[in-house]
Order: sequence, then structure tokens, then C-alpha cells
Amino acid sequence: MRSAHIVLDGHIVAEDLCIDFPAGLTTCLLGRSGVGKTSLLRYLAGLLPGTEATGPVAYMAQRDLLLPWLSALDNVLLGYRLRGDDAARRLAEPSARALLAEVGLGDRLNDLPATLSGGMRQRAALARTLCEDRQIVLMDEPFGHLDAVTRFDLQDLAAHLLRGRTVVMVTHDPLEALRMGHAIHVLSGTPFAVGPAIVPAGDVPRDPTDPGLLTLQGRLIGQLRAGS
Amino acid sequence: MRPLLTALGLVAAWEALVWLTGVPPYILPPPSRVAVVLVGRFDLLIEQAAWTATEMILGLALGLALGAALAIIFAASAGWRRWALPLVIVSQAIPVIAVAPLLVLWLGYGMASKVAMAALVIFFPVVSSLYDGLRRTDPGWIELAQTMNASPRAVLLQIRLPAALPAFASGARIAAAVAPIGAVIGEWVGASAGLGFLMTQSLARGQTPLAFAALVILCLLGLALYTATDRLARRLVPWQSFQGD
Repeated sequence: MRSAHIVLDGHIVAEDLCIDFPAGLTTCLLGRSGVGKTSLLRYLAGLLPGTEATGPVAYMAQRDLLLPWLSALDNVLLGYRLRGDDAARRLAEPSARALLAEVGLGDRLNDLPATLSGGMRQRAALARTLCEDRQIVLMDEPFGHLDAVTRFDLQDLAAHLLRGRTVVMVTHDPLEALRMGHAIHVLSGTPFAVGPAIVPAGDVPRDPTDPGLLTLQGRLIGQLRAGS
Repeated sequence: MRPLLTALGLVAAWEALVWLTGVPPYILPPPSRVAVVLVGRFDLLIEQAAWTATEMILGLALGLALGAALAIIFAASAGWRRWALPLVIVSQAIPVIAVAPLLVLWLGYGMASKVAMAALVIFFPVVSSLYDGLRRTDPGWIELAQTMNASPRAVLLQIRLPAALPAFASGARIAAAVAPIGAVIGEWVGASAGLGFLMTQSLARGQTPLAFAALVILCLLGLALYTATDRLARRLVPWQSFQGD
């Protein structure tokens, strides 16, 4: 088991932070808006000034960030285009096509993002994240602004496709954390403190109608309330 | 259809005004008289129009190319921004049209001074529109590119530049509307051919209807240049036609 230790010395958002991210599993960081979840993720991605990425990571933001002038397929291959490595891009193209097919966009390869619905765009962004083929995947409330049913569908799809990767997902939705996370930490306070790992029973994606899960959801909401 | 009717109404009112007040044609010729000259001197007018159109198009192309190049240099290099950007901003305060006599002095009565004038008047709108566009790239896109280990050059060429094309397209539209002004002012100051030259010549000789005919052609020319540029600009940003759906 590999773990990453993060220490943010003298940082306003969080100090002396240590979290274990078990390799090959999904860790959900649950917190209310403004607690510093996104900062933590940006720290891990090396996007904060003076930081460097903890290694090669794939990053998926809350917005899909698809480039409007590129087709769905070219958006999925964006990393290869930007690195200017044509040989790698040709090698990656079959997997990009396969990923788009898996997220249900197999017949929209050449369509521009503006012609896709919000759910389709987020699915394309998921395919782009996976096409980067990095062991570590960082996700910042990736399904936050989708409608409830689309969100459930995408959680199922993502949990299936992210199997085997080390995923750090931040979210403010307790049910999302419970469905997606092998382990869940609650972040609370200023500067925020990280709660102990909560490990619900069963494999992801968990059934949202499971009474045990709903009891846990109640507990998590209680913790989020108490922490602020 | 309706604006066309409005225009026809205005022309009719103009005709009526001339007949009612009895203004002599060398002060204000009636549209009917202008039309007669338009047909009668068509060959001369077209010949001069071709000259002016060439000046406008060359000036537009030159101004767009130079403006775009400078905007990209500013976006790419902090050194250039520090040393030259304030100068470019301050120089916008120069009334460019006042430079026209100097351009004729340096570049002569031929086409070069008019091309330079047209390029000069559109240079600043082009630089500022494209540079603004390059600066205002969605930071989310740039961060995404950073997590993908993109070089600054790749970010500029593959993300910031395409993202700035809509801004550049609006700059190009403004440029197309302004370029004819530069060309015609250049011809007024000193020229041996062109519609602006024809206007000053015919006005000096009391041939006011011919000056009006030249003006009509000039309007059509400006309209054609704008429409063509607008078409090209749309083609430059095909994805924009989907936005706002």
C-alpha cells in the first residue's frame, strides 16, 4: 500500500496535514463550501503558487472545461495534443474512441461540445481525464452541477471506469461521498482538520437506497453541521 | 426589406427637397442627377474604385497582420509587455489622421502612403482586441493544460490563441469599418488616383454630382469590405455559431 503525506506548513487553509490515500482506491474528502477542499486538491495537482504536482496526475474540475473549438474526440486527446507528441497521440486514439464509446458518446466523436448536453459534456470530460492514463486522478466536485438522475448515472459510470486507480475526490454531497468513496474523510474548521477515515461496507458504487448508507449519510450531515 | 424602403423614402425626400428649394446642383445635386452621372461616368468610377479598393484591402491585411503579431508578442513575452506595452497604449492618444500628410511626404503620392494610413488607423483596435482576448483566457483551461504538462508555448498556441479568436474577429470587424477612412483620408491629403482623389478633384471643379457618385461607390465599397470581413471572421470561429443556443 502506497500513501501520500501532505504537509502544508504555515498555510492558511490547512496546517500540518496528513492524509493517507490508499493506492488503487477512491478517497472522498467531504466538506462544506469554502472549507478549502478545492485548495487541497489544487495543492495536490501542483496548481497553487509554489507547489509542484505530487507526480503525474489527471485533474477533473467541476466545470467540464471542454475546448469549444475541438471535437469531442480531440478534446479527449487534449493532453497528447498539448504535449505535441504525435506518435503517442496516434497510439492513444483507439483508447480515446473506446473511452468515448464507454461513456455513451461513441456516435458523437466529431461533434463540438456546444452541441452536447451538460451530462454528455461531463461524460466527455471524464473520458478526457481517463485518457490521460494516470495512476492518480484528482476530481473536484465533478458532478456537482448536474441534475440528480444524471449525477447518479455518472457516479455509476465513473466508479466503474476509475476502478484500480488512486482517486481523490472532493465533494460537498454526503451521498456522493458514500456512493463513490472506499474511504471518506470529513474536513471541517478553519484552518480545516481532517476527520478519521470512514469506511462504509460494500464495494463502490454503493446502492443509494441501502438503509445502512442512509443512516451513515445522516451521521455525516451531523458531523458537517457540528464542524462549522 | 423595411430598411430598404426607409432608404428609398430618404432618397425621395432628398429629391423633393432639391426641387422645392431650388438649390443649385453644384451645392446639392438631386439623386436623379447623381444617378445619371453614375451611369454616364461608370468606367471612370470603377477604375478609381479598383484603386481605392486595393488600398483598403492591402491596408486591412497589413494592419491585421502587424496588429496580430504585436498582440501575440505581448501575450508571450513579459519583457515586451514591460518595455513596449505602455508606449502602445499611450500612442493611441495620437490622432492618427494628423499623420497623413507626413506619410504622403515620406511614402509619396502613390499607393504606399494610403496603405500605410489604412494599416495605421486599424492597428490599435486590432492589437487591443486580440491582446485582451489573449489575456482573458478562462483560467480553468490554462490550469487543465498545466496538469497535462503543457509547455507555455503549447498553451499560447493551442489554447489562448484559439480562445482569443472571437475577440480578434470583433477587432477585424471594427478594422474593416475603419480601413476605408484611412485610405480616403490618405487620398484627400495627396494622391494621383482613387475615389477620394476623384472627390476632391471634382469638387474643386464644381462637378458636385460626380463627387456624390464617387461617395456612393465608396459607401458600397465599405459595405462590401465589411460584409466580406464579417463572413471570414465567422468562418474563423465556427464554434461560436453554436453558442447561445
